[in-house]
Amino acid sequence: MIKFLLKGILRDRSRSLFPFLTVTIGVMLTVFLYCYIKGAESNFIESSARFSTGHVKIMSRAYAAEADQIPNDLAYVGVESLLLELRQEFPDMVWTPRIRFGGLLDIPDEAGETRSQGTVAGLAVDLFGSDSPERLIINIEKAVVSGHLPRKQGEILISADLATTLDVRPGDTATLIGSTMHGSMAITNFTVAGTIRFGVTAMDRGAVLADIHDIQEALDMEDAAGEILGFYRGFIYKDKDAEDMASRFNARHHGQGESDEFLPVMVTLKNQSGLADLLAMMGMFSSVVVLIFVAAMSIVLWNAGLMGSLRRYGEIGVRLAMGEDKGHLYRSLIAESMLIAVFGTIAGTTVGVAIAYYIQVHGIDISSFMKSSSLMVTDVLRAQVTPVSFVIGFLPGLGATFIGTSISGIGIYRRKTSTLMKELE
Amino acid sequence: MENAALIQTKDLVKIYPMGSHELVALNNVNLDFKKGEFAGLVGPSGSGKTTLLNIVGSLDSPTRGSAIVMGKKVEELSHKQAARLRNSHIGFIFQTFNLLPVYTVFENVEFPLLLLGFSPAERKRLVMEALDWVRLADRARSRPAQLSGGESQRVAIARAIVKKPAIILADEPTANLDAENSHNVLQIMEELNQETGTTFIFATHDEKVISYLRRKITLIDGRVVRDEVMTPERQPEAKAQAQAQAQAQAKPSPGRTEQAEETGGPGGTGTRGGSGGRR
Ligand SMILES: Nc1ncnc2c1ncn2[C@@H]1O[C@H](COP(=O)(O)OP(=O)(O)OP(=O)(O)O)[C@@H](O)[C@H]1O
Ligand SMILES: [Mg+2]
Repeated sequence: MIKFLLKGILRDRSRSLFPFLTVTIGVMLTVFLYCYIKGAESNFIESSARFSTGHVKIMSRAYAAEADQIPNDLAYVGVESLLLELRQEFPDMVWTPRIRFGGLLDIPDEAGETRSQGTVAGLAVDLFGSDSPERLIINIEKAVVSGHLPRKQGEILISADLATTLDVRPGDTATLIGSTMHGSMAITNFTVAGTIRFGVTAMDRGAVLADIHDIQEALDMEDAAGEILGFYRGFIYKDKDAEDMASRFNARHHGQGESDEFLPVMVTLKNQSGLADLLAMMGMFSSVVVLIFVAAMSIVLWNAGLMGSLRRYGEIGVRLAMGEDKGHLYRSLIAESMLIAVFGTIAGTTVGVAIAYYIQVHGIDISSFMKSSSLMVTDVLRAQVTPVSFVIGFLPGLGATFIGTSISGIGIYRRKTSTLMKELE
Repeated sequence: MENAALIQTKDLVKIYPMGSHELVALNNVNLDFKKGEFAGLVGPSGSGKTTLLNIVGSLDSPTRGSAIVMGKKVEELSHKQAARLRNSHIGFIFQTFNLLPVYTVFENVEFPLLLLGFSPAERKRLVMEALDWVRLADRARSRPAQLSGGESQRVAIARAIVKKPAIILADEPTANLDAENSHNVLQIMEELNQETGTTFIFATHDEKVISYLRRKITLIDGRVVRDEVMTPERQPEAKAQAQAQAQAQAKPSPGRTEQAEETGGPGGTGTRGGSGGRR
């Protein structure tokens, strides 16, 4: 019977072409959008991890509670020993301390008077440590726009945008005005070594990148750091594994006295700053996209099915007269559409994946949409082809066809055999 | 069992509700058909011929009374059971040939066997046998669009007989055929009937069809008014007459169908059947 149906489909283009194209286009769009969302999602995870969250992050409990406000007065103290412990206990991970800080950047003229001034969001990382992974993690070399990387203590990088606004050039002096860990005012002079652009709007808006030892000194944070970030060596986030690691770590540092708000706490990438919600939302968005396509395609295919039944009124009549059971006829119409759907889905998936792959390689510049965004997303968005990309299309392709044909085929059950003879005259 | 009725109707009544009044399409029809009959329902338009074939073919059920086909009461069958009865025992031939256009001649004839679940080898054997019967074995690979009307109707016959049904019901099978093709098709059906014992029941206006019948049942307003045996001696004569008539007509206007001239009233059908009815 399948062979019989296949012959019908292949020979009768008007029977198969329209549903085939519908399925192909619908599946293509679904697959492409899926890859695009996946690309956005992993881009987002990756950028977040690099610049902000790490794969896991350790803070003091108090700092973690108000992490959004960068409360450096609550920073974790005893970083060196904790790092030793972490490196021993989790050798698969790369651990690195960071300090975020805010403040004013003041650019003096020759006379020492303020020439220009701006608020900055600073990030201090280990720039000079011989085994520091930071150069790789935040990819500083590539980010340099002018000047050079800091070569010695006291040199900083500032974002190219900020440099333009403040009219600063490499070699200029910049004064950071902030507050120390203990709440008093801190004023420190730095030399601008170069300007940088990461291609992540949220990072580039007013960034200052400094060495962590300079900032520890400037802000009175001896052996303290706001955050210790942990990264998987392959730079691939493993949610399940990270959760396990965090609960093991937290269980251990729990026993030492619950009320101590300066105990370290480990938080996974997903559990930071609403990331889980955002990823859940993206997942939901994917589902909604698939659902919308299923619904739209179902309606189109339902109509195509109705048109087909009309065109094949005679055929259906003869088959009923011959004694084909209505259920059998109904199922054979569905089977026929499902065959078309399989071809359509394969074609749609091929085209969809091909387009997605093109965009994975070439990327789309979305910087204009990200002007005011605080999301850690690179400005060039790339789709991502994953193994799921190859199967996701079967859901709308086969699902919509099944729904559409099931509805349109119900007409068969309403067809009266008593009038067949007249209809076939 | 040989002599038992293959089809039996008892006080068969079919009424169509027509708004306020009722239309009595069949009125107390009592008929028996035995294995191997070559019978025809004749009568004016609207006399109930198609309605009766419909019920006998289990496509419709009676309003009152009973129709027993192959031992099954049609009025008691579910849709599924009726379909099964048609599938295994009844073949239909329609006025229009209703071949499935995307399939070859072979595949069209094969289709009923697919439904019955025959093996590929058996299907091939039975289809070729059926196509041999209708002398179209060499056209097995053609598509319906490439066939003439007569050939198409022969394919339809092959499709009806391929599963070797006990009964073949044919509603105006020659209405779309010219005289020559009509005879061709009728001869094939006659041979099939004689050699395989398949029962044929026609509904027709066509004199050519009538000339082949061995039993003629005349319906008027849903009643059987005459049920005649056409004697074998007279039959060839009538056939020859019809054939000659057809040939004469075929020449001046080959495209003309036979139905046009068969507009005579109810009395017209009885003219050549001198002998009395069965009951
Ligand atoms: N489905 C139906 N609904 C209502 N009336 C019907 C229906 N089918 C048939 N009839 C009526 O029943 C009567 C018998 O119809 P039927 O089709 O059996 O006649 P027929 O003898 O086959 O005529 P013809 O020679 O024109 O084919 C007609 O008056 C017809 O209008
Ligand atoms: Mg009729």
